Amino acid sequence: MDFDALLLSRIQFAFVIAFHIMFPAFTIGLAAFLAVCEGLWLKTGHEAFKRLYMHWVKIFALAFAMGVVSGVVMSYQFGTNWSVFSEIAGSVIGPLLGYEVLTAFFLEATFLGVMLFGWNKVGRKLHFVATCAVAIGTTISAFWIISANSWMQTPQGFAVDPATGNFYATDWMKVIFTPSFPSRLAHMLIAAYITTAAVVLAAGAWQVICGRVTKPTRWQMRMASMTLAILLPIQIMIGHESGLIAHEYQPAKIAAAEGWCETAPIQGTMLIAWPADNACGHAGITIPGTSPYLFAGTPEGEDLKGLDQFAPEDTPPIWLVFYGFRIMVGAGLAMLGLGLWGCFLWWRGRLDEKGLFHWAAVPGGALGFIAVITGWIVAEVGRQPYTVYGHLRTVDSVSPVSTAQVATSLLVFMVTYAIIFTAGTVYMARIATRGFDDDPKGPKEARRPPGSPMGAVDEPAETGEDIVAAD
Amino acid sequence: MTLDLPLIWGLILAIGVFMYVLLDGFDLGVGMLTFHARSDEERNMMTATIEPVWDGNETWLIIGGGGLFAAFPKAYGIIMPAFYLPVLIMLAALIFRGVAFEFRHKAVRKPTRVFWNSAFFGGSATAAFAQGLMLGGMIQGINVEGGAFAGGAFDWLTPFSIVVGVSVVIGYLLLGSCWLVLKTEGELYNRARNWARMSLVGVAIAFLAVSLATLAIDPSVGARWGFTMTSIDFARLLPLSPAPIAGMALCAWLWRDLSMKPGPNAAPDWRPYLLAVGVFLSGYIGLGVSLFPYIVPFEYTIWDAAARDNALGFMLVGAGIMLPIILLYTAYVYSLFWGKVKPGDGYHG
Repeated sequence: MDFDALLLSRIQFAFVIAFHIMFPAFTIGLAAFLAVCEGLWLKTGHEAFKRLYMHWVKIFALAFAMGVVSGVVMSYQFGTNWSVFSEIAGSVIGPLLGYEVLTAFFLEATFLGVMLFGWNKVGRKLHFVATCAVAIGTTISAFWIISANSWMQTPQGFAVDPATGNFYATDWMKVIFTPSFPSRLAHMLIAAYITTAAVVLAAGAWQVICGRVTKPTRWQMRMASMTLAILLPIQIMIGHESGLIAHEYQPAKIAAAEGWCETAPIQGTMLIAWPADNACGHAGITIPGTSPYLFAGTPEGEDLKGLDQFAPEDTPPIWLVFYGFRIMVGAGLAMLGLGLWGCFLWWRGRLDEKGLFHWAAVPGGALGFIAVITGWIVAEVGRQPYTVYGHLRTVDSVSPVSTAQVATSLLVFMVTYAIIFTAGTVYMARIATRGFDDDPKGPKEARRPPGSPMGAVDEPAETGEDIVAAD
Repeated sequence: MTLDLPLIWGLILAIGVFMYVLLDGFDLGVGMLTFHARSDEERNMMTATIEPVWDGNETWLIIGGGGLFAAFPKAYGIIMPAFYLPVLIMLAALIFRGVAFEFRHKAVRKPTRVFWNSAFFGGSATAAFAQGLMLGGMIQGINVEGGAFAGGAFDWLTPFSIVVGVSVVIGYLLLGSCWLVLKTEGELYNRARNWARMSLVGVAIAFLAVSLATLAIDPSVGARWGFTMTSIDFARLLPLSPAPIAGMALCAWLWRDLSMKPGPNAAPDWRPYLLAVGVFLSGYIGLGVSLFPYIVPFEYTIWDAAARDNALGFMLVGAGIMLPIILLYTAYVYSLFWGKVKPGDGYHG
């Protein structure tokens, strides 16, 4: 394999976007969770919900900052590394991203200030409005990004300018609402809620393990278990729907994800396989004859295309898609199990008694992120070798920049992200696992300085002998 | 009558970039000034003046990147590879600085706190300098062949671009210290006035140096202002002269405001920042005169590089509705946090 500017640019894009997606996935869900908590507090007057809000908003502030800085990178990445793609597809996809900035980005970024620093400046209701504005902003943001990405997956509503070779839109509604868009948007939004629920559950479980059970802990575990138990079955159905659409428009992706080697009227479901080259011939465990049920919409007598139908140069890297799909599904099923288990314990009144469940739920906090990243690997690697599926190849999309430049930038991003990811995770985990045994009225007199509004951060986030414990 | 959509979008983008400069300019400036903070308390006071708004401010940068992509894909596809390394430097600097807003408060051990504090002012300064490098690189022109960037990885690095880089740093320092004049009191306030005076001197020098160098760097720019090798064409120069003259006058006015003794007759604290914005505006208009209508100087005009009219029109609908709303709620949030940051301005009730 040649480590040229193209391959390095692909690695870099995959790296920066995989890093970025974790934060939106988490903040979309967390913003919704915060809005629910604040709403419940306003409605019921229950102090536990306010404490939940005050607790999680600190983590939200951190995650949002990391999402913003890694998101700014994305808006320049298309031009620095994929300038040919930008020029050819810019007149179609550019406006979708432009709409994201106009309708979502400003909304979130501006009202975040009120949400974090506005407690003394606005009334309760107005503060709630600010929280909702942020939550709505993150959702609108997802709308446009998934719309742009879905157009790259299942492009329509455009034509090619014969003079320049550039694409232009012929029907904006068709560009925005491509066939794969509705199910993919729903899949992503629910993934965000699930990811957040898994994290919230893990943090609650950790507090139970540490023996710090308070009312907010109890509520956060109940809410998270219930969310997982309800949303995962829905998520699986939507994911399946999304797969059917991909099967119609991107059969090579599904052939790779399912590990179908040969074209046949009836295909099995491969549970697991041993690595093979980037070609067919996995030895594995297969449940035969499942396709009539899973792909029931396929017309009678029509073959299900296997990888043998696609020329090697039109086939995505098989093993990434294949294993990515299995890891995603596995993580999803594990979270479904956690959610049902948690609800069962809630029913039996044992949710806050330390047990095996809590030890399982703590590492389970990572499952949402794992599912999100592997799911995106299936979607994006499965789109290869195209950037605009069927119309523009990845190899024809890359910028005229030197290998040395891309190698430099990749290195810089890896080092930078390694540092901020480590620090951010440590700080967030530190806050998340703290109990609610702090003063419910808020942190004590500012360890943080005068005027420093953001209580986000009165707690020490590191351990060390020179630390004075927060409480 | 049909709308000249590329021209409208050129204007929107120009306004967006200017909004970015005057908003993120002050918070990058404050970030750099934290270098001079005498204590953690003072540093925290300084960051408290920008914490509620920095995120919104930086979003205007995404208008710069995203807007260029959406409205002028050809220019985006040329400018970004041309400035590959400065863009990278700027992004890395903004990443460190952005997370440092939060992380520096979380770090309790001394070395990590020092690290994030350094990342904060270092990132602010580096981002400002990298933006100046790109501006300088734009003014001196980009090597384009066959519709694509055809220059080297370090084309942007010249003595001229370094001068522009330093100028942008000084300019942001002026905006930042004027912002502190607006938002702080007491000891810090007095020091901020001093910083503002010092950076104002720097700005005046930088203004002059960059203007003269810009006239010299490309004969076509000089010609626009009426300067040729041998003569000055006053018929061209005079109608354009209000911009630089206003810049000089605003500098003088700002100097006078900053030098007044505090007291009942002193200038209101919001005026220095506003005057500094005026100084920037006059420079920005001068830049516009020098470069218009090029978006990739001196290769592609806004009309050459624009996206299809239907894309521009589609976006104009959104921008026409959303930009006024964005400006309204931005103004609302600023008014919410109006006034001096006071000790004890806690966030919990």
